[in-house]
Amino acid sequence: MKLKLTSMAVAATMIAAPVMADLVYPSLSYRTGPYAAGGIPFADGYADYFTLLNERDGGIGGVMTRVLECETGYNTQKGVECYEATKGEGSLVYQPLSTGITYQLIPKATADGIPLHTMGYGRTSAANGTIFSHVFNYPANYWDGASVIVNHLLAENESIDGKKIALLYHNSAYGKEPIRTLEELSKIHGFELSLIAVDHPGQEQKAQWLQIRRERPDYVVMWGWGVMNQVAVQEAANIRFPMENFIGNWWAGSENDVIPAGDAANGYKSLNMHNVGSDFPIYADLKQYVIDAGKAAGAGDQVGTVLYNRGLYAAMLAAEATRKAQEIHGEMDITPAMMRDGMEALEISEARMTELGMPNFGPAFSVSCEDHGGAGAAKVQQWDASAQTWNVVTDWIGADDSVITPLVMEDSAAFAAENNIDKRCN
Amino acid sequence: MFYREAGDFKTSYVADSQTFPIKFDRVRYWIVLVLAICLVPFIINDYWANAVMVPFLIWSIAAIGLNILTGYCGQVSLGTGGFMAVGAYACYKIMTAYPDLNIAFCVIFGGLVTAAVGVLFGLPSLRIKGFYLAVATLAAQFFLVWLFNKVPWFYNYSASGQINAPERTVFGYAVTGPNADAAPKYLFCLAFVLVLGWMARNLTRGTIGRTWMAIRDMDIAAEIIGVNPLRAKLSAFAISSFFVGVAGALFFAVYLGAVEVTEAFGINQSFLVLFMIIIGGLGSIFGSLAGAAFIVLLPVLLKNVMVGGLGWDTAIAAHFEFVILGGLIIFFLIVEPHGLARLWDLAKEKLRLWPFPH
Repeated sequence: MKLKLTSMAVAATMIAAPVMADLVYPSLSYRTGPYAAGGIPFADGYADYFTLLNERDGGIGGVMTRVLECETGYNTQKGVECYEATKGEGSLVYQPLSTGITYQLIPKATADGIPLHTMGYGRTSAANGTIFSHVFNYPANYWDGASVIVNHLLAENESIDGKKIALLYHNSAYGKEPIRTLEELSKIHGFELSLIAVDHPGQEQKAQWLQIRRERPDYVVMWGWGVMNQVAVQEAANIRFPMENFIGNWWAGSENDVIPAGDAANGYKSLNMHNVGSDFPIYADLKQYVIDAGKAAGAGDQVGTVLYNRGLYAAMLAAEATRKAQEIHGEMDITPAMMRDGMEALEISEARMTELGMPNFGPAFSVSCEDHGGAGAAKVQQWDASAQTWNVVTDWIGADDSVITPLVMEDSAAFAAENNIDKRCN
Repeated sequence: MFYREAGDFKTSYVADSQTFPIKFDRVRYWIVLVLAICLVPFIINDYWANAVMVPFLIWSIAAIGLNILTGYCGQVSLGTGGFMAVGAYACYKIMTAYPDLNIAFCVIFGGLVTAAVGVLFGLPSLRIKGFYLAVATLAAQFFLVWLFNKVPWFYNYSASGQINAPERTVFGYAVTGPNADAAPKYLFCLAFVLVLGWMARNLTRGTIGRTWMAIRDMDIAAEIIGVNPLRAKLSAFAISSFFVGVAGALFFAVYLGAVEVTEAFGINQSFLVLFMIIIGGLGSIFGSLAGAAFIVLLPVLLKNVMVGGLGWDTAIAAHFEFVILGGLIIFFLIVEPHGLARLWDLAKEKLRLWPFPH
């Protein structure tokens, strides 16, 4: 009995071990459920980058980093539980990788003073830093993405006046985001927009593709995630829709989405906010310090995939913001409030990315108090089924800010009015 | 020894028909109430409120609601998620239309609207029964979710189709919105659980509850002895939907704060509530609470033990959670098909005889 008590006491002290100075990055990941195919590589990349920093550089500015993983299953209720469970541990920045959870966390995290980085997802109008003090969605947001797709089509065609574009979207907050922008753009450029919703989780799309077959749109634009993407690519192949006219956003363009359809997926296009492949100097370091050392997150089989790269990219932006925060405040063990200042002063230049072993990985951009949205540019990538690779086929394509900015202002002003928020940055 | 009727004399009809005929139970009941009201609010923190207590209390209301319909009146419903959505959206519309209205009235309004919708979808129950009724309520589930996704008026034309609960206060304390503290949220939900639980208990043992049970046990016989099936079934639908609507309104306003209808009120939620009452015990108020606790609290506990205590990988822990929960459900249903409430009753029978069982 005495032994049992002692061992229990030891276990208790181990659980409540004195917290060493560390930088905590919670990772609200989802390795289970219908969206796991997207969640696993992102979570692996995110964790591996911080492991690399710990192993190679001894953390950031001499302070070790710690990734706190919590499984959400892409479910908002579990997301809330994860947020409450991890926020007390000094969490610096939340990246929930889910638009639904993001909407939950925007007011909560703002009230708790913890920044939220929703990279290319979440609430688009959070790009307006004068209203959303703790939310950042650099380097690009959904409305940029929608505009980039239209700009890409404009570059490919002389005119898209009178063309038919169908938006195939996940029937949720995530999928509905681009509608407003595309409607505005259709007024300007004269294309005909039809909206086709796919309900969660998206395995059943026969009716939608029948509609596409009947309407014969010139282009299909997809806002999908998880199992919906694979089904859509397969269904497009089944009705022999020309793949080069089928364009997904950056969440509908990973290896998982196209491999199941085999050769039929050849030529499918999607956006990307960073470069693809493992042809970057940082991969040598990852191999040496993380993968060969047996410290890779998960099964370690996702290295070099599109979404793994996105996880790396997200972690890199978080680490750079941490460095900026340390520089501003002259303190190495930073708080979430300092992290927010670092994110707001973040500058990513070509030179810096080269230094980090990720030359030309993402767009160069800077964040300011007013603008939390970053560059707003994206590239178009195309799937080569025989080589099983994504090839980037364009340079950075910018968004049409004359359309996006007023929309962001309008939506964020509505949020400010609803929640009695005063403008910042004066 | 201490748990027995002997010596506890009842001298009035009221005393004779009370909920807890044994003194030990009465004392325990009051102790639980005092602890829940006077002690818990002072020690509760954000994690315990938002991840444990508030969802447990809200699901309890939903489970009591469905138990009235399915457990007491015998009408199977798979539309609980859809009815919760009605409560949530009704509450949201009235919250934003009348910002000065107290949040408690908004929640009750949500319940009342849901009661009306429930009666509407309960009408087919007069003609169809059993599995066929389940399919009809399934239609309600899909139709309601589709409606709230399709018609922008319900979500005030927001770009994403999400609804967000603005901050509202009760006696000066915020109970909704991001600045709400743990204790007011908890107490607000607890008040609803106590009042509605007390109401449900008294409804089910009065005339109306007896007509429900008569319909459940054999509707033709009930009709012959003079029970009006129209009134019994529709009142069960109305009252059950009121409870479910209140649960939906609290779920949106107090617990989540922002809701997307397909995700928060999908078919999964309907099944979840149904599992709660099956595991907890059909036709029992205590069973509703026990079932809600089992379904809501056990996953959180398992997660904390496996990830926090044992340091397992999150994905493995998540999968194990399914395995353990599923295994336990099968185990309980084999050992006691009538649910946790029946186990509790058996335990009380044994306690009466203890320590001399023969």
